[in-house]
Amino acid sequence: MISDAVGGILLASVTLYAVLGGADFGGGLWDLLAGGDRRGREPRALIEESITPVWEANHVWLVFDLVIFWTAFPHAFAAVMTTAALPLWLALAGIVLRGAGFAFRKEVSGLGAQRVLGAAFAFSSLLAPFFMGTVIGAIATGQVPADASHASLSAWTSATSLLTGLLFVGACGYLAAVYLVGEAARRGDHRLRAYFTRRAQAAGIVAGALSLAVLAELHSSNHALFSRLTGRALPLVILAGLCGLAVLALLTADRPRGVRVLAAAGVAAVIWGWGVAQYPVLLPGTNVTLSNAGAPPATLVAIVVLFVVAVVIVGPSFALLFSLQNRRLLYSDDDSGAALALQPLPSAEPLVQQPRPTEASPAVRIAVFAFVVVDALLRARRRAR
Amino acid sequence: MRFADVVVAAGAPAGAEVVPARGQMATTLGFHIILACLGIAFPTIVLLAEFVGLRRSNVVALTLARRWSQAMGVLVAVGAVTGTVLSFEMGLLWPGLMRQYGAVLGFPFGVEGLFFFLEAIFTAIYLYGWRRLPGWAHFWTGVPIAVSGIFGAMSVIAVNSWMNQPGGFTASGGRITSVDSWQVYFNHAALYEMPHMILAAYMVTGFLVAGVYAAGIWRGRRDRYHYTGFALGFIPAAVLTPFQIFVGDTAARAIASDQPVKFASMEYVAHTGRQVPEWLGGVYINGHIYGGLRIPYVDSLLVGFGPGTKVTGWDSVPVADRPPVVWLIHLCFDAMVGLGFLLLLAGLWALYEWWRHRRLPRQRLFWVLGAVSGLAAIAAMECGWVVTEVGRQPWVVYKLLTTTAAATTNGGVIASLTFVIVLYAVLGAATIGILRILARRWRRGGPEPEVPYGPPPALQEQSVRGIES
Repeated sequence: MISDAVGGILLASVTLYAVLGGADFGGGLWDLLAGGDRRGREPRALIEESITPVWEANHVWLVFDLVIFWTAFPHAFAAVMTTAALPLWLALAGIVLRGAGFAFRKEVSGLGAQRVLGAAFAFSSLLAPFFMGTVIGAIATGQVPADASHASLSAWTSATSLLTGLLFVGACGYLAAVYLVGEAARRGDHRLRAYFTRRAQAAGIVAGALSLAVLAELHSSNHALFSRLTGRALPLVILAGLCGLAVLALLTADRPRGVRVLAAAGVAAVIWGWGVAQYPVLLPGTNVTLSNAGAPPATLVAIVVLFVVAVVIVGPSFALLFSLQNRRLLYSDDDSGAALALQPLPSAEPLVQQPRPTEASPAVRIAVFAFVVVDALLRARRRAR
Repeated sequence: MRFADVVVAAGAPAGAEVVPARGQMATTLGFHIILACLGIAFPTIVLLAEFVGLRRSNVVALTLARRWSQAMGVLVAVGAVTGTVLSFEMGLLWPGLMRQYGAVLGFPFGVEGLFFFLEAIFTAIYLYGWRRLPGWAHFWTGVPIAVSGIFGAMSVIAVNSWMNQPGGFTASGGRITSVDSWQVYFNHAALYEMPHMILAAYMVTGFLVAGVYAAGIWRGRRDRYHYTGFALGFIPAAVLTPFQIFVGDTAARAIASDQPVKFASMEYVAHTGRQVPEWLGGVYINGHIYGGLRIPYVDSLLVGFGPGTKVTGWDSVPVADRPPVVWLIHLCFDAMVGLGFLLLLAGLWALYEWWRHRRLPRQRLFWVLGAVSGLAAIAAMECGWVVTEVGRQPWVVYKLLTTTAAATTNGGVIASLTFVIVLYAVLGAATIGILRILARRWRRGGPEPEVPYGPPPALQEQSVRGIES
């Protein structure tokens, strides 16, 4: 069925946005937690350098996702946009402030202005994925009616939706930290590599715990989805878990080769697990499926053609961009290296005391992780009875 | 339904949100379109500067290209996010439109997405490749940006022109049953809307760039740097202006037959008839035109090259199917045409001076004109959008779907409209502020910040060592 193919294309594009664009949001999270301007200088510099050349191209996946969604499934699109209007507006505000804050911060020179714009960039990097997560949560829990005519607050404020929002933030932070480990490793920067390794481990544990928590919550909020996630989609769920554990193991063993691909594969497995579990229903709780959500076959064929063209043309372009970036051929343009040395280092204390990232020992982390997992499983079993 | 839902749902009756929704669409589109123009045409002008720089070993042109790239980085980022706002608004403000015609509109938008990808990817390579990529290789990484800018613009305009001249699909029972994507993309209105907007983008960008340097020259910075910057923007824009006037004239004649009511509003044609006069200016209130200049027969002449040409008036449709605020449409149309001719005049002046004296005009008035040419081009383009969008009302898809039926049924658009106005005011001010910071830094030739919150220690040690040795 062509509508299935288009559904797959939509999910593939969403996956690409998540693993590419999501990491750029995660960079904002680590920028926020990097501490004062002295302590945070080096991690911020690495974050900035890794995000700068790619975030706009990665961001286009979001626009592409929206276009495919409304073209292929216009009825479902209108329903989602109406029901979840408020979180979508908030996510949109996050997207605008993130992009503008990030682009502006590079160009201003005063520390105060940099702080304001940096804060706008970093905080809104949390807003956007969180609210997008709540929208996905609302869809997954069947809170979007097929003939939505008004916004609903309860649709996206259920425990599942809010946890999904947190999961999105956690996953973005996890991806970003893992990518930054690879980035630091390639530069031979051992300090930053260790710095982001710790954060990647912590974020991985948090994201894993949140995934399990969402799964446990789904048990009550959308039991059909839960049973398919633990049935038909179980291989993908297990794959996601294995990828996460492999990343944690490799990071602990300090072998960053391949962690980036594994981390992305883990996140992709979660997304596809959701897709497989929901198939062929587009809006759970309604009878809207991939095949009856709107577009005629000619449009769907056009989307398939477009996607093939995108893969053929955009794919190599992305490969070129990433390879140039990997070979460190892309830099912010300025020609003033010598003049910089004459500028005194900014010495002001941070305006706001940033929360110091706690660095727990591996034992404590594993204990916390185990506790969360056991707790989630226990709660799930309690509900099952 | 919980209490909170009741609060959210307690909006006004259906259709009450259409006015704020239109206001919000107008605000966000009116803001984004300026950045879109820069996104379409600025890369070409930067590439032109780089080409001149590389070909003739012109250091000034190369410096300009490099500095403009920095400004382009800021503008592209703001354009990317404000463009995303519009993508969301298609669904958030106009779910009725998307539900009904999403499957038809999707193809051109998808094509636009493809070109948007290429634009974003090669913009990144171009902007951040200045330091490490060799000269001509770097130049060629910029060419895809210029090309995809044009095709991307064509795709978006395809959607807008389709809304003016819908076709290429069949529907039954309120559902689209088949779509001919080719006919949707190259609809009848696309043939004149596409060139009109792409030329507008080049004029806005060219005159805006020229305006920056004309203002500098006007203030007495009469050096090669400023003259080069002025020429690189002014020449392409001035050369394209007569073509734009020709395309615009063709478009107006096409609208007279395709959308006669829109044309009637543009030209104050209340009653269908022959020997219709042309009105320049004037405010239409309750059947009277105050303060306008009436030129007999000219409207008929312009439409059909003869005074006997019949022009359809807005009395051909019931009151409910006529656009609101006719005077706004007419005055915006006149302003657009007037500004177009003013810009043509600036180009002719420079041409005359070059032909007679082989130099740019020395009169201060010319440089004042040059300095405001960018703003004039923006104003003309915005007026043009008011004409085409307000002139299409009450339809969102001409004669098929009313704007009221397309608008969201959610309450609270007035709140998002307020928020958007505040946010965009800040965003616009910040963008201009950042560009001014860049300009000041370039003038001083001072340092440029490398990383947030200070220079990276590695670079600093390097430079210190460099200075010590």
